[in-house]
Amino acid sequence: MAKHTLAVLVENHAGVLSRVAGLFSRRGFNIDSLAVGVTEDPNISRMTIVVDGDDYTVEQVNKQLNKLIDVIKIRQLDGSDSVTRELALVKVNANSNTRSEIIQIVDIFRAKIVDVSKNTLTIEMTGPGSKIAALEDMLKQFGIKEMVRTGTVAIERGNQVIRTEGSEG
Amino acid sequence: MLDIERMVINMTGAQALIKVLEQNKTTTIFGYPGAANGPIYDELSKSTIKHILTRQEQGAAHAASGYARVTGKVGVCMATSGPGATNLITGIATAYMDSIPIVAITGQVSTQEIGRDVFQEVDITGATAPFCKHNYLVKDANKLVKIVNEAFYIASTGRPGPVLIDIPIDIQQKEISFLQDFKPDIRGYKPTYEGHGLQIKKIIKAIQHAQRPVICAGGGVIASNASQELLAIAEKVGIPIVTTLMGISAFPATHTLYLGMIGSHGVYAANKAVANADLLIVMGARAGDRATAQADKFARQAQIVHIDIDPAEIGKNLGANIPIVGDVKTILTQMLKHITISYKQEWTDNVVRWKQENAKKDSAKKDAPYVSPQYVLNVLSQLTKGEAIVTTEVGQNQIWAANNYKPTVPGYFLTSGGLGTMGYGLPAAIGAKLGAPDKEVITISGDGSFQMNMQELATIKQWGADVKILLFNNARLGMVRELQKMRFKSNYYATTLDGNPDFVKIAAAYDIPAEKVVQNAAVEETLKRALAYNGSYLIEFSIDPEESTL
Repeated sequence: MAKHTLAVLVENHAGVLSRVAGLFSRRGFNIDSLAVGVTEDPNISRMTIVVDGDDYTVEQVNKQLNKLIDVIKIRQLDGSDSVTRELALVKVNANSNTRSEIIQIVDIFRAKIVDVSKNTLTIEMTGPGSKIAALEDMLKQFGIKEMVRTGTVAIERGNQVIRTEGSEG
Repeated sequence: MLDIERMVINMTGAQALIKVLEQNKTTTIFGYPGAANGPIYDELSKSTIKHILTRQEQGAAHAASGYARVTGKVGVCMATSGPGATNLITGIATAYMDSIPIVAITGQVSTQEIGRDVFQEVDITGATAPFCKHNYLVKDANKLVKIVNEAFYIASTGRPGPVLIDIPIDIQQKEISFLQDFKPDIRGYKPTYEGHGLQIKKIIKAIQHAQRPVICAGGGVIASNASQELLAIAEKVGIPIVTTLMGISAFPATHTLYLGMIGSHGVYAANKAVANADLLIVMGARAGDRATAQADKFARQAQIVHIDIDPAEIGKNLGANIPIVGDVKTILTQMLKHITISYKQEWTDNVVRWKQENAKKDSAKKDAPYVSPQYVLNVLSQLTKGEAIVTTEVGQNQIWAANNYKPTVPGYFLTSGGLGTMGYGLPAAIGAKLGAPDKEVITISGDGSFQMNMQELATIKQWGADVKILLFNNARLGMVRELQKMRFKSNYYATTLDGNPDFVKIAAAYDIPAEKVVQNAAVEETLKRALAYNGSYLIEFSIDPEESTL
């Protein structure tokens, strides 16, 4: 099934996340990832939700989300016309023999080493999900001890903006 | 009224709550007190609002629903924290499924104690989120007035529904400045009333071209008070009307063009008309599973127009060729301006013939050992002219009433259509009576459902809510038993109500006169006696356990 990215503007107050998450489980929608944070307006949070499903499901997700009083606006983002990013922190096994090879891989991916110890390296990687998956694949051979990902955030390219009051670009 | 007077007065949260309830024209509250709503009740005692003490909180929620449905106002119910709040849940869910505007106000433990599992604490906003239109946990006393105003606004506009406000006890006690006349403006909530002009043109064109049009009216027609407009369109074009369970009474049941309820429990002529239609206009209905049976086989020959105020209903259960979002009344009014007469005589003649052919012969034998429920309801329709407010329980009694009682006043048939809540009818009738004291209120009941909220007989007695109770007693859970007959090879299990009390004596214990009727011959006289009596009255009818629903 296809993945769809929704940008959802919501009121920034307690309980909104649980309403949104509850709606997904209640109606049997599958969330691939959900990332949330405050916007340029401190009263508004923006969720980026990646949904797994067919067109019917996505339309229903959209309409049901719109029914929540705390949801202000929803926009489905077109993959080719938006920038999508995810952040991952990966802790891999590293010793004097493997360390330089790992650093080379990290360089190729334009990722960053953010922590080092005698037997580990912690890598910070930003990019679309596919790129993070590729890095993960390369690092597997050294043994990934721990990995944490933020979920996708996305924004439209160019002049397009999503605002609360009708004044869209 | 538009004069916004910003007068600031200091008062407690509880005082502010009562004041803002009064401002929202609340005159009756159904509720049950407890520790966590103590300050509210203390203030309530000093107000002009009438408080109706029910015997269980579920009864309060259903009564608020019955009250809302006959008055067109928002019904208000109240309960304390913990078990008081959880007892409201079934009533709130019932109102949600049927889009009934109620505001439920619960007490909560103090804000400092929330989350510590203190005595009578429960997360009621979390628990009710799936079946509330919206809910609030008030954490800042200064926002209380704004929240209550929003709650009334949300409950009563757009697609109506229940809203819950959970108020911790310290918020009730806190001193705040009361700011008058707040007009709600919620950026995430802007319901659409007006229908899109282009879509309206398409509908009109479809109606002019159709040979076999049918209108399916749902509860939304009643909610938007659109029965007059519906009647006008139906008569102008000659479109037969079918309804969903919630749509019953949206169109006069005695009208030639009325065919009855559709669906798995509906009537032959209505289903046949839908199956043969080339245009089906569904309005204010979500086309639920009981109405369509199988959505993919529903009205297969028809082009489908779907009118609903809730955009999420369009395309959810039913694919529509011409969808239109908006208020049914507004859209029908828009349509009436453009529609030219194209009366479909041949089609209406056909449909009316199906209806007459399959009208159940009145087979009620005067000396049969049981009473025929269909006969009771037919006699009741004649005696009341369909003008009484009728509530039902859920089970066989509901379907018997839906298919045989003939309501003629929009909104006067109150039933739990979506959730199918046994125990709805009696408390809803109490609420209806208190909302419309001059009207005859009758509840159609079964022996199973009646015992779900039988304790509310005390509410009838205490508040003089003159409700007539017609109790069909087959000492069975008839509808489940029928299910066992058809789907489980007549393996009857847990559907016999052997422990039934003597219902006449039960009524007598509450000073409610009661009679038992065992033969059809006595039906009419007994009904007349009950209707003439100034006060509540219970009639128990002996029903054959083998009597089928349809």
